[in-house]
Amino acid sequence: MLDTPLKTEHLRLRARMVPFAGWTMPVQYPEGIRQEHEHTRTRASVFDTCHMSEFRISGPGAVSGLDRLMARSTEDQLQGSCRYNFLMNERGGVLDDLILYRVGEDESLVVGNAGTRTSDLVWFKESLPGSVRILDETMSTGKIDLQGPLSAEVLKNAGLESDSLPGYFRWKWVTLFGQKALLSRTGYTGELGFEIYIPWARTPEIWTRLLEQPGVLPAGLGARDTLRLEAGLPLYGQDMDANTTPVEAGFEAMVQMDRSFIGREGLLAGPKKFFVGIRLNGRRAARHGMEVYSNEGQPIGQVTSGSFAPSLGYAVAMAYIRDGATRTEGTPVFMNEPNSVLSGQITGLPFYKTGTARMKLP
Amino acid sequence: MKYYTEEHEWVEVEDGVATVGITEYAARELGDITFVELPEKGSEFGQGDVLSVVESVKAASDVFAPVSGKVLSANRILADRPELINESPEEDGWICKLADVDEKELENLLTDAEYGQMVSNLSKD
Repeated sequence: MLDTPLKTEHLRLRARMVPFAGWTMPVQYPEGIRQEHEHTRTRASVFDTCHMSEFRISGPGAVSGLDRLMARSTEDQLQGSCRYNFLMNERGGVLDDLILYRVGEDESLVVGNAGTRTSDLVWFKESLPGSVRILDETMSTGKIDLQGPLSAEVLKNAGLESDSLPGYFRWKWVTLFGQKALLSRTGYTGELGFEIYIPWARTPEIWTRLLEQPGVLPAGLGARDTLRLEAGLPLYGQDMDANTTPVEAGFEAMVQMDRSFIGREGLLAGPKKFFVGIRLNGRRAARHGMEVYSNEGQPIGQVTSGSFAPSLGYAVAMAYIRDGATRTEGTPVFMNEPNSVLSGQITGLPFYKTGTARMKLP
Repeated sequence: MKYYTEEHEWVEVEDGVATVGITEYAARELGDITFVELPEKGSEFGQGDVLSVVESVKAASDVFAPVSGKVLSANRILADRPELINESPEEDGWICKLADVDEKELENLLTDAEYGQMVSNLSKD
């Protein structure tokens, strides 16, 4: 089991630690998931995301090589931008969903999930040209997510100028508490927020300094999960996997089919299922793996994520509905068994519509 | 006097009526409780039957009847405020009251001291 550089800090903050994708991670602090969730929606929270994998992929052919592996182009990506992308298998399935940072003319920083770190690395080594340098920097890169409507204020209080803050899905080099840091305006909560990349050894100090800023509290993986669920964001391994295409996962508009890439042929067959939101009638949650039934009692799909939604006051779920079944907004559905008490209606994503993620900064 | 189960329910019998809930330890372990399935008035349960389900953000957990009995009333406040179990697990956050209780069954349960010992062992892990 791997430890992040912040383990001592979490224990000092009396976090409850759990195993997650090979790492020991804080699931919650004493305040609890609901408080941490609410605090992130209204103020600002720091999350330890050092478990995420980072690959530096550089050299001649790096950008075009990556382009061939991804559902979205990397070649037309501007320096200073971040792009949510999909690492593809031949069948059009998603090997990992990740964010590519274009950091140089022929250099990208690829940030992926913790659970797919080894398989991503093997795939990059197998499929990128020999001229390309692939560095797994996961164990030398510290990462802290600062999320919530006060995030920009927090960074300004910490000494950053307004014009040094990157725009939505952009990144910049900044100096934070005397440390050079890669700062991107990205996140996984639906709120205004930043992801901060710093050297591993400096991470505890920067975490502590951020927590000293007014309005900032720590939040764990539990709140991260309810926040991303309300924001309609998929979790790899749960809502999306090698048997799911990006089109099925709801990202058809992002996939660039007018180019050649691995998995393109697989996508031509068309989606077999569709990702939907379900608003439940009540507080009781539907859980991963539950069957979804139509009003007529026909099995039509499966729940992939579900929880009580703290900001909404009712339970929500995300599910795949088989091609051919009715999935228009308002369609009544039942979870677990036909006519069960776990009833709801298909609804659009995100569930929580007033998130500040895209907010304009003054 | 309160009795406890190894599955972290508590029960207190007064004038033939048993009040049932989950323990402070269970509430803390579950975290923020978001839903409680309340048993229906009049339904009957044997000792150890699933009486209720308590859900937190992360998990759902069965609540077993510490003694057999017939549901006299359920704590309706929990329908809208399940977090009351976190705030006051062994008082205001009771789940239901049972009538027709066989007080002999209390002998199968843990005393305050025995349950306290069990929880302190669990907390050491």
